[in-house]
Amino acid sequence: MADAGRHPNITLLTQAEVKSVSGYVGNFEVRIFKKARYVVESECTACGDCAQVCPVLVPNEFNMGLDSRRAIYQPFPQAIPSAYVMDIDHCLGHDPMVCGKCVAACKKKCIDFNMSDEEITVKVGTIIVATGIELYDPTELDEYGYTRYENVVTSAEFERLINAGGPTRGHVIRLTDRRPPKSVAFIQCVGSRSQKRGEPYCSNICCMNTIKSTLMLKDHDPEVDVKVFYIDIRAFGKGFEDLFRRSKGSGVRFVRGLPGSIREDPKTKDLILTVENTATNQLEQHRVEMVVLAVGVKPPEDMKIVQEMLALQRTADGFYLEAHPKLQPVEAATRGIFFAGCAEAPKDIKDSVTQASAAAARAMRLMNPRQLTVEAITAEVLPHLCTACGICARVCPFGAITVDKRTKSPAVVTTAACAGCGTCAAECPQNAIVQHHFTDEQLEAQIDAILQDEPWEQIPVFACNWCSYAGADFAGVSRFQYPPHARLIRTMCSGRVSEKLVWRAFAKGAPVVLVSGCHFGDCHYLNANHWTDRRIKRMWKKMEKMGLRPERLQLEWISAAEGLRFQAVMEKMEHLRRTVTPEEVAETQRVLASYDGLREASDSGSEPAEES
Amino acid sequence: MERKSDTTRSRIGVYVCHCGSNIAGVVDCQAVAAYAETLPEVVVSRHEGYLCSEPGQNRIKADIAELGIDRVVVASCSPRLHEPTFRACLSEAGLNPYLLEMANLREQCSWVHSGDPEAATRKAQDLVRAAVARARLLGARKELQVPVEPATLVMGGGVAGIQAALDLADSGYKVYLVEKAPSIGGVMAWLDKTYPTMDCSI
Repeated sequence: MADAGRHPNITLLTQAEVKSVSGYVGNFEVRIFKKARYVVESECTACGDCAQVCPVLVPNEFNMGLDSRRAIYQPFPQAIPSAYVMDIDHCLGHDPMVCGKCVAACKKKCIDFNMSDEEITVKVGTIIVATGIELYDPTELDEYGYTRYENVVTSAEFERLINAGGPTRGHVIRLTDRRPPKSVAFIQCVGSRSQKRGEPYCSNICCMNTIKSTLMLKDHDPEVDVKVFYIDIRAFGKGFEDLFRRSKGSGVRFVRGLPGSIREDPKTKDLILTVENTATNQLEQHRVEMVVLAVGVKPPEDMKIVQEMLALQRTADGFYLEAHPKLQPVEAATRGIFFAGCAEAPKDIKDSVTQASAAAARAMRLMNPRQLTVEAITAEVLPHLCTACGICARVCPFGAITVDKRTKSPAVVTTAACAGCGTCAAECPQNAIVQHHFTDEQLEAQIDAILQDEPWEQIPVFACNWCSYAGADFAGVSRFQYPPHARLIRTMCSGRVSEKLVWRAFAKGAPVVLVSGCHFGDCHYLNANHWTDRRIKRMWKKMEKMGLRPERLQLEWISAAEGLRFQAVMEKMEHLRRTVTPEEVAETQRVLASYDGLREASDSGSEPAEES
Repeated sequence: MERKSDTTRSRIGVYVCHCGSNIAGVVDCQAVAAYAETLPEVVVSRHEGYLCSEPGQNRIKADIAELGIDRVVVASCSPRLHEPTFRACLSEAGLNPYLLEMANLREQCSWVHSGDPEAATRKAQDLVRAAVARARLLGARKELQVPVEPATLVMGGGVAGIQAALDLADSGYKVYLVEKAPSIGGVMAWLDKTYPTMDCSI
């Protein structure tokens, strides 16, 4: 910590928040808002004279409110920066008539009430998101009585009680009578692994943290009676099982089963736990003097703000989604952004440090050559066709397109930020965007070539490079056999497959067409496949109106690992193909040929505008 | 821009790979190569044992040099496997790497229709025809180089943020470490001892 505070290459900005991030990989512009500290960081020696005279008492958040601090304070003894800080919301003010005592007490004159909040703009090449976790608040689990019984504390509160730097100088006491408890019970999985209340996932750290706490308790007083109530003990890491064994060896009792309720003895303030011991199938009662709730961890409230600012994705658990769970575990799908620590998933200190070093190494790998090659497969606006409607900017998952609707000047693609999904080209109502290397002309040439002879025999399959095409490869590698009528057309993303391309295939005589891409949440281009989904649903409605069977156009999400699924989808498509007669194909061609408004209608783009 | 006027004609070379017997064991590679030769703008069409091997790549390079081939269609395995290989091959021969198109005969024909060689060969011919049609319209693409600011923003000053910041700063990069609270340390700073070694956290 101290190293980070004094490193010449690190600018430490505390009481600060990132307000906005613009630009693209290698060239991000970051606006940071920094609150005034009212104490000059470089001058303060943390002597504490100011706090001694401060008359204001405030609950100390660092000690979970178990003691108090002054309005001018040091968050904790080893805080970095080591300067004091003014809690301006609680300070009485510097008017000598009211207070101003600290200003008078400070010999170095480093308290400055005229300091103001700052906005700082910096340019960076990479961003590491290490926004951490929040603790679960057990209030809603009323059966544990956290808000009713003072001797029920959370693991975080216990941590401060047993900490030498904490409010009791490391002496664990009961809050009701301030004497050391003779018996302590730990309850595991509070707010974790529950489908009903709290979070469904395992918080990863609580089992080992509790085992550590039991050993510390035994270390303080070998006579203390310690029980741990658990579902499973997850001691899977290096050295973990040893520690678990040591805990058991020191006399800590592990009871398999979570208490159904806790009652307080009104006289002694002891706690009576009722629990079904699932190892013995017995209903048991345990009387203890103190209960510690091993609370889980969860994504912080403000995670959504960062998510939107950086165009990140989150898993169902609420943590940030990595670009690839195995091969790119510290990278975001947005190039130049990396994850470290619990922002990606709950993890302990060792894993956080490991991941942080990995993220730093990946960031360095990107920055080291001092220049980087950006995607050559990008979109380009044809200014003479653009009407500045703004649809492209709205559908772009990377915010790479800007449109000034007021001046009606043509859309501009920031080429370095464009990842090349082609969704903009597919949605542009004016055909004013060229997706290089996957142009309309190139893809239409492929469609036409596939359907040149005996088109009723062919199944055009649009497949995205990252998932469904890879799923077809996986089917190949696995030698999964399927009917030989499918003809794959590769695009980078299913978002590129415009209505125009699909209509083209039907107009050229395709009996059936498949559009395939990544599952939601897996899209290599964040959420571009959501636009595919909307587009195909729009086309189904149009097909219905035109009297065409909508099921002839299929949409499937197939991952790179789903070779079996690809095979099944191919069999389904073949089955569907056999239901289409040459007469039906001819009729479709007639309908599409006579439907003059089709192109305008299909490319109107009005629907995505309404839906978003 | 990829759009070409109709008057310019490209000179396409088609290369069908046997992949040992992986493709040739099912697909009639000779027939596919012979069929490719009949397609418009195809100047040369060959079939080879292993195109990804050095002799295979040299064959393509020689044709680019001697026959003035300006578009290459490789009918072999998945572009997800060997597109980078053949793009590099084109580059080495002085051709823009984006003037390459691949037809996937292994993963999409021989391996998945092994019981029906005739249908697999027909499909291979269709895929080659589509690849040639697309190749005619391919254009050179330039990979843009942009400068990189050698600085990192680290959002969050917990143990992970601190470690990442130190690694980067020690390696000479500028770091902006942004923390919401008045001190860095995060959750780690609350802890006295840490598992499994029971040493102190700060």
